[in-house]
Amino acid sequence: MAMPLPVLEELKSLLEAALPGVRTELVPNGPVPAQASLRVAPTDADAAARFLRDDPRLRLDTCSNVTGIDWPDREEKTTSKAIVDGVEKETVEIRRVPGYLEVVYHLYSVSLKHGPVILRQRTANRGDDCTVASLTPVWRGCEFQEREVYDLFGVRFAGHPDLRRILMWEGFLDHPMRRDYVAPDDHEYEPTPHDEVLALAKAHYPAPEAKP
Amino acid sequence: MIDEGLKNELAKQGVVATSLQELYNWGRSNSVWPLSFGLACCAIEMIAASMSRWDISRFGSEVFRPSPRQADLMIVAGTVTKKMAPQVVRLYNQMPEPKYVIAMGACAISGGPFKQGYNVLKGIDRLLPVDIHIPGCPPRPEALLHALIALQEKIAGEKLTGPNRPRHLRADAPSEFPVPEFGPHDLVPPKNDALWKPIPFVRAG
Amino acid sequence: MNRPTPESFVVRPRVDHEGTELEGDMLEVSMGPQHPSTHGVFRMDVVLDGETVVKLKPVFGYLHRNHEKIAEGTSYLGSMPYTDRLDYFCSLTNNWAYALAVERLAGLQVPERAEYIRVITAELTRLQNHVGLCGFLLQDMGALGTPLMWAFRQREKVLDLFESLTGARMMCNYMRFGGCRCDLPAGWLEQARTVVADFPAFLREFETLLSGNEILMARTQGVGRLSPELAVAGSVTGPMLRASGVDYDVRKVDRYGIYDRFEFRVPLGDHGDVYDRYMIRVLEMHESLAILRQALKGIPGGPVIDPKAKLRGFRPKPGESYGRIEGPKGELGFYLVSDGGPNPYRYRIRPPSFINLTLLEDMCLGRSIADAVIILGSVDIVLGEVDR
Repeated sequence: MAMPLPVLEELKSLLEAALPGVRTELVPNGPVPAQASLRVAPTDADAAARFLRDDPRLRLDTCSNVTGIDWPDREEKTTSKAIVDGVEKETVEIRRVPGYLEVVYHLYSVSLKHGPVILRQRTANRGDDCTVASLTPVWRGCEFQEREVYDLFGVRFAGHPDLRRILMWEGFLDHPMRRDYVAPDDHEYEPTPHDEVLALAKAHYPAPEAKP
Repeated sequence: MIDEGLKNELAKQGVVATSLQELYNWGRSNSVWPLSFGLACCAIEMIAASMSRWDISRFGSEVFRPSPRQADLMIVAGTVTKKMAPQVVRLYNQMPEPKYVIAMGACAISGGPFKQGYNVLKGIDRLLPVDIHIPGCPPRPEALLHALIALQEKIAGEKLTGPNRPRHLRADAPSEFPVPEFGPHDLVPPKNDALWKPIPFVRAG
Repeated sequence: MNRPTPESFVVRPRVDHEGTELEGDMLEVSMGPQHPSTHGVFRMDVVLDGETVVKLKPVFGYLHRNHEKIAEGTSYLGSMPYTDRLDYFCSLTNNWAYALAVERLAGLQVPERAEYIRVITAELTRLQNHVGLCGFLLQDMGALGTPLMWAFRQREKVLDLFESLTGARMMCNYMRFGGCRCDLPAGWLEQARTVVADFPAFLREFETLLSGNEILMARTQGVGRLSPELAVAGSVTGPMLRASGVDYDVRKVDRYGIYDRFEFRVPLGDHGDVYDRYMIRVLEMHESLAILRQALKGIPGGPVIDPKAKLRGFRPKPGESYGRIEGPKGELGFYLVSDGGPNPYRYRIRPPSFINLTLLEDMCLGRSIADAVIILGSVDIVLGEVDR
């Protein structure tokens, strides 16, 4: 039977007690899946990962799944209503929230048969500084998956032994899983009932010039 | 040219009359050797077609060759990705003439369900001349056998002389096609314009 | 875990019988992407010293058809047919893993009859996958034709069941969030019982011919060893992990679906070599048959889909979920992030055959090139899942 895993709050305090200086943050999740996760700073990730792997109560010896998520820059609108001179006025405030890339690790313990513990790292931004710590030195199983996240999202993993593109070819410049990636326009002729593809095909050809 | 009726009459009496063209095409069409070349899901149905239940050897095509140098037929069985496309063209170029191509399944014809993919070639027609298209995702083994029979009929009907003679008997017709290269965003060139001429799409309004 | 260096496997400098040193270069060979032994469009860049593998780098992406990107622009239900084409041998287990992740995300319940149907179809899938793998593995060893033909003969019988249930041989697209698409057709259970009853005779025949075969043993025993520690660190799952002697089966650990109702054993290997991986699959087929016999006996009546489940206009609340099952190749997981919209915000597949290849180099180093072929065969990869 699976060993019960300490609840995440408990795990967080265990981790912070064992590694002073390491700051973690609990990321809540909706009530239905109830899979909350733990966010660590890239600088602390390696130490935290080694603790999670080696602590006898946890023994999270397998990193099952590594994935990236792209959170692009977004605009947050806050609407506030105020009564000015007896007239209700609406003021809309637009705040730019900078985006980031996130790497999510799903950890399981094969020896104690519990899990998952979900670990997250965030990059500083989506442009020049998208580096997180590689956890391949801790779990070998991350190797190809981190390469995939690098290839498709453009996250750089500091300390990865062999960080190359894995699915696309060398010399490919884009990171196609990012939300703002635009695929090459090769929708010339599309005899398809698929509306979206048809729209792409139409957009491929310039509009005919208006007849006089 | 011998009269068809007379020929049939003679055949009933046990006398076979034939022409060189018929004999040559008869031999070619009944021993089409495919390249053993699987790309994706359709390859499994291609293997199933060569196994005991469907038994492709009834049609003389059970000899799947791992080397393109010994093959007559390329069955493009599955999604051609942009990363794989140069290799597919290179394999085709390495096959000796006469050679034929069957595009098996929706992906090989047009990209199929993966059409929107950034790494998916939207049909092998863009790079190679295709003789037979089989729709389906994946086509059943019967469909592959049907395509093979259709190809055999096509080979049997080829004229060895005259302006409509097949490509391998025309010195000016190309037997090799340019291999695209990997570019920074896409294949370079993404398609063979000399080969692939789509029906122009008229944009309304 | 320390990784071996290529230099440790170099056998040069070699001397001939007269004691003079032989000059020789390393040979770089690119196996694939068109190669009869790579099970599709997989490529291995191998550096050889003589016939010994001193370096092996897998190259992926020749079947990268952007499943994840497409799924993020498609509705939740619209991705179900795409999951069929992941591991195209096992569409029904793929369907189940995806349905499980979505059910967890949205908190859906599955009726009991549907749970039984899921177990039956998943175990039938495991049977036809393992039987196909055994055929392909022997094909890689040079047993051209016969074992593969036997395997496919048996596989066709399972595919006929799938076809009468779902309308398709391979791409079943059968499961839905909260149940299954349609009920079993009349007489299907009888048909399935016949297939299950006949299967042991086939396995006996197969095993008599092959499992004790001397050539098979000589080619596979001691080849491609994987230690349990390395296998766990490398995230290896499924039959490959159990062949190394690690007792970990998601059916037993997570007890998803109704697997806690069935009695079955988890076969474990001793040596973690290719022979153990072959035998684990044969033994797992016996256990799958045991599960099938119990499930076919106990299947209740009732609806096959949760009446509250919404198929069209399905919008789960914001959140994320990870659902995993024990697929025939290993742990197949789906990680979904919802932002409350009709499409998943992030859709990620945890592909077992891709991650099981992480340790391919470690298993092949120091072996001959012919061994590398059967080691790859014993990993059991399907390129649709490796590259997605």
